[in-house]
Amino acid sequence: MATPREIRRRIRSVRNMAQVTRAMEMVAASKMRRAQQHVLATRPYAERIRALIGDLAALTDLEERGRFPLLQARPIQRSEVILITSDRGLAGAFNTNVMRRAVQFMTHERPEPIADIETIAVGRKGRDFLQRYGKPLAASFTAIGDHPTLESVRPIVRVATDDFVSGKVDAVYVIYTRFINTLRQQPEVLQVLPIQPPEGAAEVTDYIFEPSPEAVLEALLPRFVEVQIYQAILESIASEHSARMVAMRNATDNARELVSELTLTYNKARQAQITREVTEIAAGAAALG
Amino acid sequence: MAKLSVEVVTGERVVYQEDDVDMVVAPGADGALGILPRHAPLISLLSLGEMRVIKGGQEQSLAVFGGFIEVAQNRVRVLADTAERAEEIDLARAEEARRRAEARLSRQRADIDLVRAELALRRSLIRLRVGQRRRGRAPTPPPQDLGG
Repeated sequence: MATPREIRRRIRSVRNMAQVTRAMEMVAASKMRRAQQHVLATRPYAERIRALIGDLAALTDLEERGRFPLLQARPIQRSEVILITSDRGLAGAFNTNVMRRAVQFMTHERPEPIADIETIAVGRKGRDFLQRYGKPLAASFTAIGDHPTLESVRPIVRVATDDFVSGKVDAVYVIYTRFINTLRQQPEVLQVLPIQPPEGAAEVTDYIFEPSPEAVLEALLPRFVEVQIYQAILESIASEHSARMVAMRNATDNARELVSELTLTYNKARQAQITREVTEIAAGAAALG
Repeated sequence: MAKLSVEVVTGERVVYQEDDVDMVVAPGADGALGILPRHAPLISLLSLGEMRVIKGGQEQSLAVFGGFIEVAQNRVRVLADTAERAEEIDLARAEEARRRAEARLSRQRADIDLVRAELALRRSLIRLRVGQRRRGRAPTPPPQDLGG
């Protein structure tokens, strides 16, 4: 059995750990709140753009859609997957879950062989994972930060759009973690290209378009791709922080439990030592007497 | 009498929101757009420029850089690529950007640089103009279009 001194040292170190994880939990909680607000702030724009594309797509017939490269649905021979993860770990199963979803998607849900799927990694964890998995990366983006601007995600969008328009791939999917609430985050697959215009009757059909419906639609489409990828990244960031917050809370709880167990062991050890000493003294006194 | 409700959003945030507005002037792709209540439904591209919102003799000025404007049922929605309210603009920074862009233009190197510098110059000029108008001024006469 460990000596009381050793146990005391362990208690101290576990207590320190609990302090660190508790601090990380607080930091993650505040980052999560800000990330959530960030996600909410992008919704009005995204929803409006989606609705406008729906309206405009309803006005233009299918043949005409062929003129818009971003709407062009062709048989999918090669596809591209954008995997969104975090740069840092210690976030529970956050990264594992999206990566598992990505593998599931690439190996079971796509008809094309996995060799025909291009990958783009956003976040260091996903990049490292895909490299270990043996998928060559078409591109990787790390150090996006906790509050990316739309401008800072444009390079990602550009790579995906260029690959799609040039015909290198026939579809682009984003695999990210949707933020449902603090305790629930769900890995999801979202098709971003070709754009699938939302169905729905146009509210007002007699719009005047300047300069023309086609010009407006053409300008809207890339914005839609952009905002969808941007939102997926923001949702992932919010999910990351909430996953970390929960993981750190569990770590803190575990550490505290361990401290109380160790304290008990320590007291027992101390008691045993005292008893032994008393016995020894008593035995010594008896021997002398 | 009917009034307009106005909303300016970007991909990142809601920049401006106001109800009971009398008139909106926005930099449309084909020239300035004046929008009064009961305007016909309209969707237009926006260029770079100043957007003005007039409400009860007060005027709010915004800088918008590209995007869309949608008018329907007395609602004006601007989906801007970038937008800033006049009071958010950092005049010193805009002035600095103007000087930098002008310096770059006077040096004249590769063409791509030139296009970018011109765009930067236009943006900084718009910011300077909008930034000098703070909230609450009386409506100014329609400005000459600097949109180019």
